[in-house]
Amino acid sequence: MGFVSNLVNGISLGAVYAIIALGYTMVYGIAKMLNFAHGDIIMVGGYLCFCSISYLGLNPFVSVLVSIVGCTVLGIVIERLAYKPLREAPSLDVLITAIGVSYLLQNTALLIWGSNPKSFPNLFKSLGNIRLFDGQLVISSTAIVTIATNIVIMLALTWFTSKTRMGKAMRACSEDKGAAQLMGINVNSTISLTFAIGSGLAAVAGVLLCSAYPTLMPTTGSMPGIKAFVAAVLGGIGSIPGAMVGGILLGVAEIFAKAYIGTQFSDAIVFALLIVVLLIKPTGILGKPISEKV
Amino acid sequence: MSMLEVSDLNVYYGSIHALKGISFNVEQGEIVTLIGANGAGKSTTLNTISGLLKPSSGKIRFEGESLVGVPAHKTVGKGIALCPEGRRVFLQMSVEENLDMGAYTRPDDEAAETKELVFKSFPRLLERRRQSAGTLSGGEQQMLAMGRALMSKPRLLMLDEPSMGLAPILVEEIFSIIEQLHDEGTTILLVEQNAQMALQIANRAYVLETGNISMEGPAEELAHDPRVQKAYLGG
Repeated sequence: MGFVSNLVNGISLGAVYAIIALGYTMVYGIAKMLNFAHGDIIMVGGYLCFCSISYLGLNPFVSVLVSIVGCTVLGIVIERLAYKPLREAPSLDVLITAIGVSYLLQNTALLIWGSNPKSFPNLFKSLGNIRLFDGQLVISSTAIVTIATNIVIMLALTWFTSKTRMGKAMRACSEDKGAAQLMGINVNSTISLTFAIGSGLAAVAGVLLCSAYPTLMPTTGSMPGIKAFVAAVLGGIGSIPGAMVGGILLGVAEIFAKAYIGTQFSDAIVFALLIVVLLIKPTGILGKPISEKV
Repeated sequence: MSMLEVSDLNVYYGSIHALKGISFNVEQGEIVTLIGANGAGKSTTLNTISGLLKPSSGKIRFEGESLVGVPAHKTVGKGIALCPEGRRVFLQMSVEENLDMGAYTRPDDEAAETKELVFKSFPRLLERRRQSAGTLSGGEQQMLAMGRALMSKPRLLMLDEPSMGLAPILVEEIFSIIEQLHDEGTTILLVEQNAQMALQIANRAYVLETGNISMEGPAEELAHDPRVQKAYLGG
């Protein structure tokens, strides 16, 4: 039963990574930039939800909505102020800016909320855990909500990118911005939309992450952010199903490493996994080989 | 009033002066071709008209309305479509999705009508509508790029090197389609390195040389001009 329970925990953690990785991968696919501030949006999402519950006394459902709306707006504002002026700039400039934004968010959070960890309330307690096999296997309500949310997001995004006009425009932009403009697609607003969706998802990930690991600090988002980035690269950056596969794989690998090898080693193993996969398949598991057609 | 009037157009790529004050016009119902060697500024001209490049000075008027400063994603709504050099179809999207993108600015029901017409002109696209564009041959991708441009129902269709990289038989086919589109009422501005084919179907032609228009006139006249023959027709 230990194995199954670890597997469920791994999938649940992986589901959070996958949701964060979606934000990375969508922004990369369209804006061709690595938004290293993405992890810190998760932290902001966690704090927004925490404050709505603890200080404003809103119910958990409304608090999650506040968090999603807040992060979506934050994502759009960051894109408009920090990244849009750099649209034609070399990618290194954009990367450095993203790191700067990341520090800005962390330190602003430090100013507002202080460095003491906040204890995040368990939003899904009332749902109750599932006990199987006479209580030998307990699946937490958080794990169930996380996995279910992940599935819903995956289905919704697949539907959005394959069926809707905006979603198809997004795919067109990710392939060829010039040609997309010739179709009448406004590339700037498509990029804004991508940031909005990615940041909204980050808020969801923040709430799920803090429900499972209830310590909330200004640096809460950075490690999961980096791991989700690894997940996105592992699955093939730019690919939505790749982010899912990479995220789940990473989560399961991390929990198994923690359970069977040792807690201290788990991060090393996660990153070693990345190196091995990239050695075998440099574009990631579901990444398409880049070929320039002349 | 000409359908398209370009006057004194100057375009720079950084410090490179790519178009040095060129002027030309396209009348409604014409096929006009811009011919010239690699790097003469042919694609630059089309990209500037479509708004992908910003001119440093000069005028571009389409149906009396200035296009200077109009962003690329707005020009298609004004009735101009560019079928770009190198086709640039969306390789990971299906043939039909590519066509849908071409009609991005139009309501679905109108687009569906146009799609019927496009499939009639390019029956092979209908056969392959569910295939991803990346699996098409070069000729089919060119047809898709043209079909996609037509989906916006342009009054002026700009074609950038439609024959590039295609086998001679496919070049013939593409050019007969261009003539057919013209017969159906679309005005065409054609950029070609294959001067022979272009001069055969065009009404008028301009010769671009390193950012300047060096010759202009009826296509038939230019085709018999010894200078053109020497430089572009291998004669």
